[in-house]
Amino acid sequence: MNRREFLQVLAAASAAGFALDSPDLLAAQGGERLYDLPRHGNVHLLHFTDCHAQLLPVWFREPSVNIGFGDAAGHVPHLVGEHLLKAFGIKAGSREAHAFTFLDFQQAAKAYGKVGGFAHLATLVKQLKVSRPGALLLDGGDTWQGSATALWSKGQDMVDACKLLGVDVMTGHWEFTLGDKRVKEIVDKDFAGKVDFVAQNVVTTDFNDPVFSPYTIRDMNGVKVAIIGQSFPYTPIANPRWMVPDWSFGIQDENMQKTVDDARAKGARVVVVLSHNGMDVDLKMASRVTGIDAILGGHTHDGVPQPVKVKNAGGITLVTNAGSNGKFLGVLDFDMKNGRIADFRYKLLPVFSNLLPADADMVALIEKVRAPYKDKLGEKLAVTEGLLYRRGNFNGSWDQLILDAMIDVKGADLAFSPGFRWGTSILPGEAITFEQLMDQTAITYPHSTLTEMTGEQIKTILEDVGDNLFNPDPYYQQGGDMVRVGGLAYTCDPAATMGNRIQDMRLRGKPLEAGKKYKVAGWAPVAEGASGEPIWEVVARWLRDRKTVTPRQLNAPRLIGLDRNPGLA
Amino acid sequence: MDMFRRSLLKGVSASGALAAALAAGILKPTEVLAADEWNRAAFDSKDAGAALKAIGASSATDSKDIVLTAPEIAENGAVVPITVLSNIPNTISIALLSLKNPLPLAAAFDFSEGAMPEMQVRVRLAETTAVRALVKTADGKFFATQKEVKVTVGGCGG
Repeated sequence: MNRREFLQVLAAASAAGFALDSPDLLAAQGGERLYDLPRHGNVHLLHFTDCHAQLLPVWFREPSVNIGFGDAAGHVPHLVGEHLLKAFGIKAGSREAHAFTFLDFQQAAKAYGKVGGFAHLATLVKQLKVSRPGALLLDGGDTWQGSATALWSKGQDMVDACKLLGVDVMTGHWEFTLGDKRVKEIVDKDFAGKVDFVAQNVVTTDFNDPVFSPYTIRDMNGVKVAIIGQSFPYTPIANPRWMVPDWSFGIQDENMQKTVDDARAKGARVVVVLSHNGMDVDLKMASRVTGIDAILGGHTHDGVPQPVKVKNAGGITLVTNAGSNGKFLGVLDFDMKNGRIADFRYKLLPVFSNLLPADADMVALIEKVRAPYKDKLGEKLAVTEGLLYRRGNFNGSWDQLILDAMIDVKGADLAFSPGFRWGTSILPGEAITFEQLMDQTAITYPHSTLTEMTGEQIKTILEDVGDNLFNPDPYYQQGGDMVRVGGLAYTCDPAATMGNRIQDMRLRGKPLEAGKKYKVAGWAPVAEGASGEPIWEVVARWLRDRKTVTPRQLNAPRLIGLDRNPGLA
Repeated sequence: MDMFRRSLLKGVSASGALAAALAAGILKPTEVLAADEWNRAAFDSKDAGAALKAIGASSATDSKDIVLTAPEIAENGAVVPITVLSNIPNTISIALLSLKNPLPLAAAFDFSEGAMPEMQVRVRLAETTAVRALVKTADGKFFATQKEVKVTVGGCGG
């Protein structure tokens, strides 16, 4: 059956009201065998990352724009759609093609059902821990932020869920936006004796004293395994610095090398970095630091089916990235022979909710944390006629909706929305609930703003953010997407140097004037003392007024020089 | 956590990290070591070329034996921590320049015989710039290395 035929079958099955997770259809697609993963070797690491507090199953559309430049052009993770399928030998139209790409998203979503959900993830983790005695569960961070309940409980719902899930080791990024005191409270109290929070690259600003343990060593089936933590290096830049005023981050290659050497000297035979660098930074770090067997990465939300093998002066380091929103669980098996790694196997398992029964204990916990907020979460604000999603280097339809709402409500000439990579998707015809709006906006600095800016200032911001995304050296990137722009048309030449990437800016057809002032709406200011109505209130009001939201017209920039880039569908 | 170090630093916080280095007895900055050797012309230079000329370092050889540690992206442009360690034998002084700053020469340290040639300072960077470390050896030769430090408006990440 080729892809076209398969989609026709699916469409027919949908129309006929077939249950698409029926055993027959699953068997035809190999669904039942997806989680039948035989144990290999004796060192086992289970890895999830960037779940962004999504306790329940979600829709999540992978990006159609994930551009790589220079050395990264055309290489993992900068492959989308058909290019990704080809690189990893994934069959078009298959369940895995749906998991890893945006192709035929709406149809395939209906066919294969929702992804993720902690109750389903818990079942998968339990199953794998049975087949892999001693396996460690690693959480790459961005776990305590991204939902209404995580925001309102100050991360407590996720802390409790992760303890129940059996997380052994974690590192962080958005966790820090709960503030340094709250992070310390969780690490020192909730996690004490249960979860190791590790980060070799977080130190005090005054004397560079470590804030967390840099690594932990665990004995697994007779092998000493070191897990080194690498938190998001640019937390105090990409997020409010005032929330962690006494902590300094950074990439810290040299300290990473020292930490690896230290762990080896203490007897570690396997050294793994649990990283929130983002994949491009991980790939560069793997080429510079020696002695790391694998970097299990996150931050950039890239669902990468197989590791990249990076050569360095000491050998080869595997680099993975495990997607986002609870959609994947990475399984890395090492076979140790005579104290050395003989070989490895890796699989990034998509978590299909309808293939994995919900774990009863996790269901009970999730229901308990949601109970106090149930009415508020369930409020139907409007129905969307178009697909809503966020992920991609430029405007997704969810951010377009937020931008359109801000311009309307605030009476702005143009609007900016941050290039966050988290946020779930909504299918056409579905209701937008308050909870789903919070999936796009739930942060601890949600203020909406209206500011007068000159044309020159607007250009400076676009250039600055553009460089954070498109700088040819990954160590100078921050791992977010391009700031979303509403109202202002522009041309972007990503391969140009800073100051020259953004061209031909036009507002309602007229060129933007450098010296003229414009009213700019925005949200999520990182400065201390910022104020303004929370963005979710602004957007909720706009949605309630409309009741039905028409498909959004994406204000994507005209791109120069990317005709054949496989990071662009 | 060494509370003594911390309170000591607070007590002299006006001079920041430089004071910490002094208090720890690691190094002695030029201006403290000998007030009459203070190179006013160099520190007052308004461009990097003039500053380099004033310290006699117009031509320097690139060297991998100078370890310049600076963040790729500054967390706070007002206090960017920079460390320079020279592995070049007979190093007698280290100078640090922020090439795009209005007054590019940020610091210069002399090392008396036997002192380990390492310095740490916090410099203010107005904009994205290369920072350049220059090492002078006892025979009057200069060596250099540099690194780009980005100063960004922040926000929007991840």
